[in-house]
Amino acid sequence: MNLYEGNKGDRIRIKEVAIEGVMRRRLLDLGFVPGAIVDVLKKSPLGDPIAFRVSHTTIALRKEESIKITGELIQHDNE
Amino acid sequence: MTTNEVYRIALAGNPNTGKSTLFNALTGLKQHTGNWAGKTVSLAEGSVHYKKSTYRLIDLPGTYSLYSNSTDEEVARNYIVFEKPHVTLVVLDATSLERNLNLALQVMEMTSNVIVCVNLIDEAKKRGIEIDELKLMRQLGVPVLKISARNKTGFPALLDTIDRMIRGEITTSPYAIQYNDEIEGKISELVPNVKKLVGDRFPSRWIALRLLDGDTSLLDEIQKRMHQEEESTWNTVQKTSGSHLENF
Amino acid sequence: MEYSSENERQSFRELLNQANELSTSSLRDEVVSSLYQTSQQICSRTVRFTKSKEDKKTERLDAVFTSPIWGFPIMLAMLGLIFYLTIAGANVPSSMLASFFTWLEDYISMAFFALNSPDWLHGVLVLGLYRGTTWVISVMLPPMAIFFPTFALLESYGYLPRVAFNMDRLFKKVGAHGKQSLTMAMGFGCNAAAVLSTRIIESPRERMLAILTNNFVPCNGRWGTLIVLASLFMAAGFTGGMKTLVSSGVIVGIVIFGIFVTFVVSWVLSKTMLKGVPTHYTLELPPYRRPKFFDTVVRSSLNKSYAVLMRAIKIAAPAGILTWVFANIYIGDTSIFMYGVNFLDPFAQSLGLDGYIMLAFILGLPANEVVLPILLMGYLSTGSMLEVDNLADLKNIFLDQGWTWLTALNMMLFSLLHYPCGTTLINIYKETKSYKWTFVAFLIPTVIAIGVTFAVAQLVRGMGWV
Ligand SMILES: Nc1nc2c(ncn2[C@@H]2O[C@H](COP(=O)(O)OP(=O)(O)OP(=O)(O)O)[C@@H](O)[C@H]2O)c(=O)[nH]1
Ligand SMILES: [Mg+2]
Repeated sequence: MNLYEGNKGDRIRIKEVAIEGVMRRRLLDLGFVPGAIVDVLKKSPLGDPIAFRVSHTTIALRKEESIKITGELIQHDNE
Repeated sequence: MTTNEVYRIALAGNPNTGKSTLFNALTGLKQHTGNWAGKTVSLAEGSVHYKKSTYRLIDLPGTYSLYSNSTDEEVARNYIVFEKPHVTLVVLDATSLERNLNLALQVMEMTSNVIVCVNLIDEAKKRGIEIDELKLMRQLGVPVLKISARNKTGFPALLDTIDRMIRGEITTSPYAIQYNDEIEGKISELVPNVKKLVGDRFPSRWIALRLLDGDTSLLDEIQKRMHQEEESTWNTVQKTSGSHLENF
Repeated sequence: MEYSSENERQSFRELLNQANELSTSSLRDEVVSSLYQTSQQICSRTVRFTKSKEDKKTERLDAVFTSPIWGFPIMLAMLGLIFYLTIAGANVPSSMLASFFTWLEDYISMAFFALNSPDWLHGVLVLGLYRGTTWVISVMLPPMAIFFPTFALLESYGYLPRVAFNMDRLFKKVGAHGKQSLTMAMGFGCNAAAVLSTRIIESPRERMLAILTNNFVPCNGRWGTLIVLASLFMAAGFTGGMKTLVSSGVIVGIVIFGIFVTFVVSWVLSKTMLKGVPTHYTLELPPYRRPKFFDTVVRSSLNKSYAVLMRAIKIAAPAGILTWVFANIYIGDTSIFMYGVNFLDPFAQSLGLDGYIMLAFILGLPANEVVLPILLMGYLSTGSMLEVDNLADLKNIFLDQGWTWLTALNMMLFSLLHYPCGTTLINIYKETKSYKWTFVAFLIPTVIAIGVTFAVAQLVRGMGWV
């Protein structure tokens, strides 16, 4: 699955960041590195961007990027 | 050493870690602060007097890494890399140390005059985050201090550490990241050529690494700087600050 | 020399090529992940979490502030509240300052007469410099001393990135960068500073959009004009709390209209001059932090008051002198000032304004703060010498000059939409290093300001509403 498909409360381990160039670097710097664990926090009122928690910080990404970051669902917490 | 030399101390760190707050607290100036990433976008300078020395503090824009993405980050990168402050204070957010340490490690690859300030320690305490600074210091090989810029705690030790570092009483041995054999091999391949070009101006291992990392703008900048070395800091910063828009 | 630098360039190029050959995408990833692994390792040895790792408070607040239902209403309410507080709080101190300065002026004038000083000197120093400066102070200072601390509180609480988060989709639709909301928020303080703040936008195209449209957010120097006109003319039929409410409503409307224009202009530009698709975007949402209330309030109101005072002295004072001189040097039987007014009047009338207003905007190019004072001095220099003790007197001056609510509305619109102030233009040049784009930054707002006020004037007159 990719990050964009994640629902609130999902915990995803990143496998691949299929973005090249500067943006890839920015994402890596922010902690979206393969192996990192990302929590899906919430969608913006208009549906996009989505806020994720990664290495103890909250980062919002637009669909264009989050759709290209793939990983596996490791936990779903729907309290 | 001369007593009235002015020592430059740069405040580097991720965005929103409290650099400007610390700067204000130490210099008594009024840099704008705000709870969002990107509040500071240009350099600010102010001075601090401590034990007969004068420090010139430089508040930098926040940056996620030394690989710059935007103009504000470039301003910070260029200062740390090219203006060679006597001490670089890396200000970290205690509540997200992991990401913050990244930048500290990168700065430590470049210069050994680094002091790490773990800021927002009050927030960390509230959230039940405990940081063992002695262990961290041993791991990193540079001084580590816990402070709260907003509550002005931890300042005496910080100033004392700065003072001793400037006097050369502290020898650091910054953590050197060992990359895999492939990368290390390629670094060694590049280093002699880098040395030939830039001499001892910059640590050549670090430049080789940044080049492998794809940071070509760094090399452009070095080339540019070598032609205008006599120009003043401010001018150069101003000059680079517009560069992203020059393509239009 | 030529040869050696060519040589050097050559070896730089060689080094670059060598590095490019050695560097691969997987290698670059490896560099970053080595860094991450190291910091993870170090953290796992030195950091201990004794409570749940997450910040529940921030999550709960975000559920409200960025909620699909409440997110936008709360943003509007916050904006309205800030203006309400500003207008309600500034009213009394403003008129107190105004009457204090008028009271003082009488004594100063008496001193001048007692010393037998020539009329022109009294004119330049008192009617020009003193009036210009004190007007800026009494109109600008109180609102600024309330608006900015309130805004600073929101800012240090961490609300601004949430606005950027909520609004991003709209910016994306028009081809702009989501962080433009942050740079626009800075524009409320000062457009010149906001132009610098666009440095946080990574992509040059979107950064240019943010620079070119920043002016549609009213700044520091324009709040005074907007607030005075809104409360004098737009909320005229109301009294007390209701009046404040209506005035704030009008200001919110003006701000929203500015944002709307920003969207339209961004959209048009990204389809024409600045063609392109939205590029990447990342936004950090920091935890909410309770601001140090007292510190923040005191610091930002002192800072802003100081800034207003400095600008009053540096710009309003010379502008005041200049205006007085222009209004009192006669060529034939018309002053230079009146030549300007008469020349501009027909054009200004078609925009629902008058020649004085237009001239005030033109002379106000260095700083928006001085537009209103110049206008008043212009009016006062012609008519019978009126004393301006309070806002009601002020309104009479305007009415004497044939103002209607249309004049007020169009002056507000023109103020909102017109060209950036001199300092902002200088900063735009510094950031873009391009005369062309600086000129575009001047031209777009000017054309829009003229177009909008013209359309409004024609519509209102055509419908016979005034
Ligand atoms: N609780 C707490 N808050 C702090 C502390 N230091 C800074 N802050 C707050 O953190 C926020 C960010 O502070 P700044 O000083 O603007 O951060 P900065 O590092 O200069 O940020 P950029 O200029 O964007 O890179 C502000 O709201 C400060 O009030 C601290 O020690 N404790
Ligand atoms: Mg700062």
